[in-house]
Amino acid sequence: MALADKTTPIPSRAPGSGLQPDFPILQRQVNDHPLVYLDNAASSQKPESVIDALDDYYRNHNANVHRGIHTLSQEATNLYEGARAKVARFIGAAHSHEIIWTRGTTESINLVAHSWGRKFLRPGDQILTTELEHHSNIVPWQLLAQATGAEFKYIPLQNDGDRLGPEDFERMITPRTRLIALTQMSNVVGTILPVKEIAEVGHRHGAVVLVDGAQSVPHMPVDVTDLGVDFMAFSAHKMLGPTGIGVLYGRTEILETMDPYQAGGDMISTVSMEKSTWNSLPYRFEAGTPHISGPIGLGAAVDYLSAVGMDAINQHEQKLTRYALEKLGHISGISLYGPEDPTTRGAVVAFNVGDVHPHDIGQVLDSYGVATRAGHHCAQPLMRVLGVGSTVRASFYLYNSEDDVDALVDAVTRAVSYFSS
Amino acid sequence: MLDDLYKEIILDHYKSPRNRGEAANHDIKARGLNPLCGDDIEITLTVEDGVIREARFDGHGCSISQASASMLTEELLGRSVDEAIGLADKVRGMMKGEIETDGEELGDIEALRGVQKFPVRIKCATLAWNALKLGIQEHLRGSEADLSRTDDGAAIFTDE
Repeated sequence: MALADKTTPIPSRAPGSGLQPDFPILQRQVNDHPLVYLDNAASSQKPESVIDALDDYYRNHNANVHRGIHTLSQEATNLYEGARAKVARFIGAAHSHEIIWTRGTTESINLVAHSWGRKFLRPGDQILTTELEHHSNIVPWQLLAQATGAEFKYIPLQNDGDRLGPEDFERMITPRTRLIALTQMSNVVGTILPVKEIAEVGHRHGAVVLVDGAQSVPHMPVDVTDLGVDFMAFSAHKMLGPTGIGVLYGRTEILETMDPYQAGGDMISTVSMEKSTWNSLPYRFEAGTPHISGPIGLGAAVDYLSAVGMDAINQHEQKLTRYALEKLGHISGISLYGPEDPTTRGAVVAFNVGDVHPHDIGQVLDSYGVATRAGHHCAQPLMRVLGVGSTVRASFYLYNSEDDVDALVDAVTRAVSYFSS
Repeated sequence: MLDDLYKEIILDHYKSPRNRGEAANHDIKARGLNPLCGDDIEITLTVEDGVIREARFDGHGCSISQASASMLTEELLGRSVDEAIGLADKVRGMMKGEIETDGEELGDIEALRGVQKFPVRIKCATLAWNALKLGIQEHLRGSEADLSRTDDGAAIFTDE
């Protein structure tokens, strides 16, 4: 049977408020105001098509994968592996088996630290990262450095996070640098790093390059083959998919040298009383019954994103960011962080107003139905570089519009007057 | 809704904090930090014969944490250190909804009852009181409690 026939084709549409009817949650009211959801860097909302895909799986195809010879198991396996192929195409991976399912970006990075790092790093080797990173691209390397005796170093930011180029990596890299771990887009200030050029520097010096794509893959066209990176980690829930599922992309040649991550069913090919041999890629890294509905939901999310188009989404977000920076910039006493040029940053705008605490601003915004994040955004080293303890952060996605930015600016203005003496 | 949290008296303490600064010749100094929101409060107390004669606070944070610290310094004057610990327990209990008061006995502090409806803000309101209790206990014991601290000695409170 042709399972693919069940997927409702998504009509191609322009990003913006015209997409909002596709997202049930965007119809609701919060504190007697229409929800204005601007916390997309934390997690995105889900379109009907993703919710339907999950529902359809559990209603009609639920069974364990890779095992049964019965019809349901075959259907579930087809959907599950079909999603892997879809995601591989979406990020330009050469092979489906280079897509490993994880719980999310954090687990993807931990998998590399464990299965690659612990096997190959030696005392005196170096791990290089940037001051822009999320804690999930810092702490696994701190632990790895402690466990292996490797050194863990940060490349200092230039101009308060405005930019970081290949020349900055060239300056810090040594013959002992084994790994460069960097974000493609900062989750706080939105800075986009030139990953392709940096990967080229890394490879020239024999380093492996891991990219945290949690913020970039949902928001811009990403082609891992063109970028030439060795690993790319990202999460489904930030790109319209379900929580609890993420991706580690790894280049075949490197994945094949790595040890398993967890041990159990599905990751072995033979088990005797004494020892086992490892299954082929990607199953070597996927022990146990997986989160089957997760990839299916992510596959539906990728279909939706592709129908709108990643280029169109990226352009839409740049336009919104430009508009937001300009409108917010008119608020007296505001400090905006990150690059001024919207083409070199993602749709993430972090700010503070005077000495009003971000939590107080966030609380007032919420009372107007505007959802933002206030805090350190799991990037304390970056906060230290910026010289602040925390910020408010508004982050946009394909369904946001200039009206949403206006609602934000309006609510921030009210918040500031609420707290000023 | 917002007014349940930001009562007028809270905004008043936030905008016009009482007893800001450091108590002269203080006997007790306690600093509490919540790294999740960056709230950082230092309480200093001058104590004579077991009675608090001066109480001040310093640091920065959100309106709730600042107002709570400001109220704390007013409420402590003339109380014994033992009473101060009892008060800290009572205030924390009230903010967590575990203790009923008659609505007046805690004075301005009663206004902080509203944080109950905003669970993520309870830790903002309790920070100064947690630091106070810890500081007095360490003072009485003459040794530092075993808990997470920053490099410069601030006790870390991420919970209420």
